[in-house]
Amino acid sequence: MVLTALAVVRMRSLFAVVMLSGIFTLLSALLFVTMDAVDVAFTEAAVGAGITTVLMLGTLALTSRHERPTARSPLIPLFVVFVTGAALIYGTMDMPNFGDPTAPAQTHVGADYIARTPEEIDLPNMVTAVLASYRGYDTLGEVAVVFTAGIGVLLLISGLRRRRRKDEDNEGSA
Amino acid sequence: MTSEFFFGHLNYWLFIILMMTGLYIVVAKGNLVKKIVGLNIFQTSVFMFYISIGNVTGGTAPIFPLDMKIDPDVIYSNPLPHVLILTAIVVGVATTALGLALIVRIREEFGTIEEDALLELEHEIARKVSDQHGEAMGGRHSGD
Repeated sequence: MVLTALAVVRMRSLFAVVMLSGIFTLLSALLFVTMDAVDVAFTEAAVGAGITTVLMLGTLALTSRHERPTARSPLIPLFVVFVTGAALIYGTMDMPNFGDPTAPAQTHVGADYIARTPEEIDLPNMVTAVLASYRGYDTLGEVAVVFTAGIGVLLLISGLRRRRRKDEDNEGSA
Repeated sequence: MTSEFFFGHLNYWLFIILMMTGLYIVVAKGNLVKKIVGLNIFQTSVFMFYISIGNVTGGTAPIFPLDMKIDPDVIYSNPLPHVLILTAIVVGVATTALGLALIVRIREEFGTIEEDALLELEHEIARKVSDQHGEAMGGRHSGD
C-alpha cells in the first residue's frame, strides 16, 4: 500500500493516478477484512473504490489528463510533513498495543453495545444495530450531509451545458 | 523498546506514514485532481487507524450467529469504530464529489486546474481591479 501511495506521488498521468487510488482503496478494503470489519470493507470497496473512481474519471473527461510539473521547491512541504508525522508517532507511544483486549477503547461503551444488542435490538449484526438504533442520529446527520453535497454538486454542474451552448452562440454571431 | 512494543505499534506507524504521504500530495502537488486523490489517501489511512484501534486479538467480526444462540466465549471486535467509519466513508464520498464538481467549474471558468496558473490569473485580476479603482480615486497607475 505504501508503494501504491508513493507511486501516486510520482505519477504525472492523472489517469494512472486515479486507477492507483482505486487500487489503494481496494487494498484498504482487504485490510479491513483482516481486521474483522467486514461491513466497512464492503462499503469501502463499493463506495470508495467504485463510485469515487467513476466520479474522478468523469472529472478527468471534463478537464485535462496530465499534470504539469510545479516550479515550487518541495522542501517546505516535506519539512511540514515530517514534523507532523514525528508528532503523531510521538503521540502513539502512549497507545495500547494492537489488539489489546484491555485497551480503553474496548472496555467502555463498545463492550456495552456487544452485551446489550441481543436483548435490546435482537439483530445478528451489531454494526447495523449500533448504526441504525443506538447512533441513529449520526446516520440522520450523515444523510443530511450527503443531501447537501448532492445539492451543491447539482448547482455547480447543472448550468454546464446551457453555458456552453450560449458560448457557441456568441461565437457564431460575432 | 521491546519487540512486543515495536510490533504492537508498527500498524499505527504504517498508517501515519500513509497519512503523511497523503498530506504531502495535498500540500506539494499543484494539480487539483491530484490533491483530491491525496486527500482520499489521507482519509483512508485515518479509517484504517480507527479500525485497528477497534481490533481485539483472537476476536471475530461483530456479527452474532443467525439463530442468536450466543456463545459467551466468543470474543467480538469492537463494533463502534466500524459504525463511525461507515458513516465517515459515505461522508467522504460526498465531500469528494463536491470537490470534483468545484474542479470542473474552475476548469470551465479559468481553463486550467493547476494551482500555479490559477494563482497567476488571480493576481492579474486583482491588479486590473486595483488599477481601475486606483484611477477612479485619483491615484497613480500602479506598477507598469
